[in-house]
Amino acid sequence: MASVIFAALFYLATLVFVVGLLYRVNIYARTPAPLKIPTTPAPTDKGGVVLRMAREVVLFESLFKASLWTWSVGWLFHASLALVVLRHLRYFTEPVWGWVALLQPFGLYAGFTMLLGLCGLWVRRLFVERIRYISTPSDHLMLVLLIAIAVSGLLMQFAAHTDVIAVKDFFLGLQRFDIRSLPVDFVLYLHLLMVALLLLIFPVSKLLHAPGVFFSPTRNQADNPREKRHVAAWAKQLESESGK
Amino acid sequence: MSDVTAPAYRVIPIIPALKPGAMEGKGPFVASDKINEAIGFPGQLVEDWHDRAIAKMGELLGKYRSLKVFMDACVHCGACSDKCHYFIGTQDPKNMPVARQDLMRSVYRRYFTLPGKLFPKLVGARDLTREVLDEWYNYFHQCSECRRCSVFCPYGIDTAEVTMAAREILDSVGYGQKYSNEIIGKVHRIGNNLGLPGPALEDTLQGLEEDVKEDTGIDVRFPMNVKGAEVLLITPSADFFAEPHIDSLIGYAKVFHATGTSWTLSSMASEAGNFGMFIGNYEQLRKIALRIREAALELGVKRIVVGECGHAWRVAYSFWNTLTGVGEGADPNDKFAQMLQKQLDHRYKQPMHICEFTWDMIGRNALSFDKEANDKHIITFHDSCNVARGSSMGGYPGGQFDIPRNIIKAVANNFVEMPLETTREKTFCCGGGGGLLTDDLLDLRVKGALPRMEVLQQVADEHGVNFMATICAICKAQFTKIMPIYGFDRRTVGGVHQLVSNAIILGEK
Repeated sequence: MASVIFAALFYLATLVFVVGLLYRVNIYARTPAPLKIPTTPAPTDKGGVVLRMAREVVLFESLFKASLWTWSVGWLFHASLALVVLRHLRYFTEPVWGWVALLQPFGLYAGFTMLLGLCGLWVRRLFVERIRYISTPSDHLMLVLLIAIAVSGLLMQFAAHTDVIAVKDFFLGLQRFDIRSLPVDFVLYLHLLMVALLLLIFPVSKLLHAPGVFFSPTRNQADNPREKRHVAAWAKQLESESGK
Repeated sequence: MSDVTAPAYRVIPIIPALKPGAMEGKGPFVASDKINEAIGFPGQLVEDWHDRAIAKMGELLGKYRSLKVFMDACVHCGACSDKCHYFIGTQDPKNMPVARQDLMRSVYRRYFTLPGKLFPKLVGARDLTREVLDEWYNYFHQCSECRRCSVFCPYGIDTAEVTMAAREILDSVGYGQKYSNEIIGKVHRIGNNLGLPGPALEDTLQGLEEDVKEDTGIDVRFPMNVKGAEVLLITPSADFFAEPHIDSLIGYAKVFHATGTSWTLSSMASEAGNFGMFIGNYEQLRKIALRIREAALELGVKRIVVGECGHAWRVAYSFWNTLTGVGEGADPNDKFAQMLQKQLDHRYKQPMHICEFTWDMIGRNALSFDKEANDKHIITFHDSCNVARGSSMGGYPGGQFDIPRNIIKAVANNFVEMPLETTREKTFCCGGGGGLLTDDLLDLRVKGALPRMEVLQQVADEHGVNFMATICAICKAQFTKIMPIYGFDRRTVGGVHQLVSNAIILGEK
């Protein structure tokens, strides 16, 4: 029974995640940016923009300039999360890809650094007056959710082991629309439930910062307004209407 | 206004504690019916303001990707929370950039997102009530659209874009600001923000010619509406009569004279400023910019040069090509832009900043200076926010920082930098930008100048700095007004071309 429920849940969550995200990204991509507004100094060509965006996404360059503390815990969390997610690919692929196998030892311990980063972020949110002021209940709950995912994952890895072979069998099965049985394990249920929840809220929450950053005009525009005329379609219309 | 005092300098520039409600209030004077209607907005708050405001917000979310992405992407990380000069000066938490954005984001979530519709409390969503609208009016007129927060945001969220959208929504329901909207009316009616009619300008320019003749013995011209001139100079109207602005105008004229450049001003386009940007209204922004296009076409000039003005340079550099086709790289089928682009001389950047012009001439050895003429000054340079973070010069990133400094060093001997955390792209706004340069906001303006005054005091104490050069008309007017409140002489601020004017050698080279 639990297997069927979780299968349904993960089909639904994946669908919402993928469709929701595509829908949002499509809106971002289609909404025009009528004026050139890169935050200068900015690169003057596309290559420079790609580098700027890469520094922003990989190194969190702007955050580094803003606050070393927030940058340290924020970057630690995100880098660890990336490792953890990549490590989890082993539960969805057979045979496991070589580079995923290579990541395995790092991915395992990244769970701890991820937790550390999350706790750092939450401490900041709770105890720095300015950050507490701007926090909504959902900001706190988002951290609680991620912390719970990390803790339940670490528990299964290092304390109350779950039958990962069976878990992998379940997820490989889902890919063939074949519902295999999931081990009966409370911690595992909790972990999966919360991951599904994270996927479900992704397209309607602040997690949209992940795709959003790529569409941010202050970061993704080249600073070449004098060299290249840039006009949005709706602005172009003003020219024909007024005749000048 | 006599009770306005400067806040105390922070001994160590620590992040101030919050003082909730410190800047609550009614905001700046509201525009009258007449002012609003003159530029096409409803005269006063319309009855169905709620529905119209939400509809306008929806429209803007569809027209501006910046607004759409910025409403969604913020994670409340707080990177921006201590970066705004108005927050530092007032300690009001709603002047933290993220909190200012949230005034609108909370409404966005309520009306445009699923969680906000279902669980408003959970995600901090609120209905757009009259109280919220009043709060918008107050706090979106405590942002100078200086973009300092956007430097530090990991997603590049620019509060200026949010402020512009909020003001656009407020205008659309008849809740506009007197200062900005009145000025926009004047620029259309008379040709410039100060409302100086053509004959008055002619008089002023003639007076200037006489003054310069008296000072130097040389006939430096200040031509107006000269057809066939090489250069059309577009400069903020404050340059025509305000102190210290006028000294920079004299500087530009001397540079043109010394380099033998034929140039002209235009009475129709006697204003570089464009308050259409401040109120976030694309149509106004465009309409005001089109005056420059019209003047350029009518006078048949080959080049367009822009005087010392911060937001005007942002509009000219970043937006003019979009709005009016001043620049290059227009599509061959783009008749609108081709008309102007064929006329202009593309060996030069169009438009060009007066600092680019002067620096270029210095590079060609076309100018010579008596640097000792500036020896009474120990000079520092205040980067103006819109130049620093919304434009560039010289065709490379950071040219907007180097070129004005290079000019100062070429015309003066004593130059000192202020601390790096407060210059270049991290510069602080003067406190009077973005449509806030009005006496009904004097208290805010004084408080917003705190971070700049602190470091100016520091270099004054340590290096004897007695002159802060800048290339913005609003900076000049703001500092002239608030510096005495901080104990500085009002003549401590001046233009880069004021220094050029002091040192330039006219006549035979």
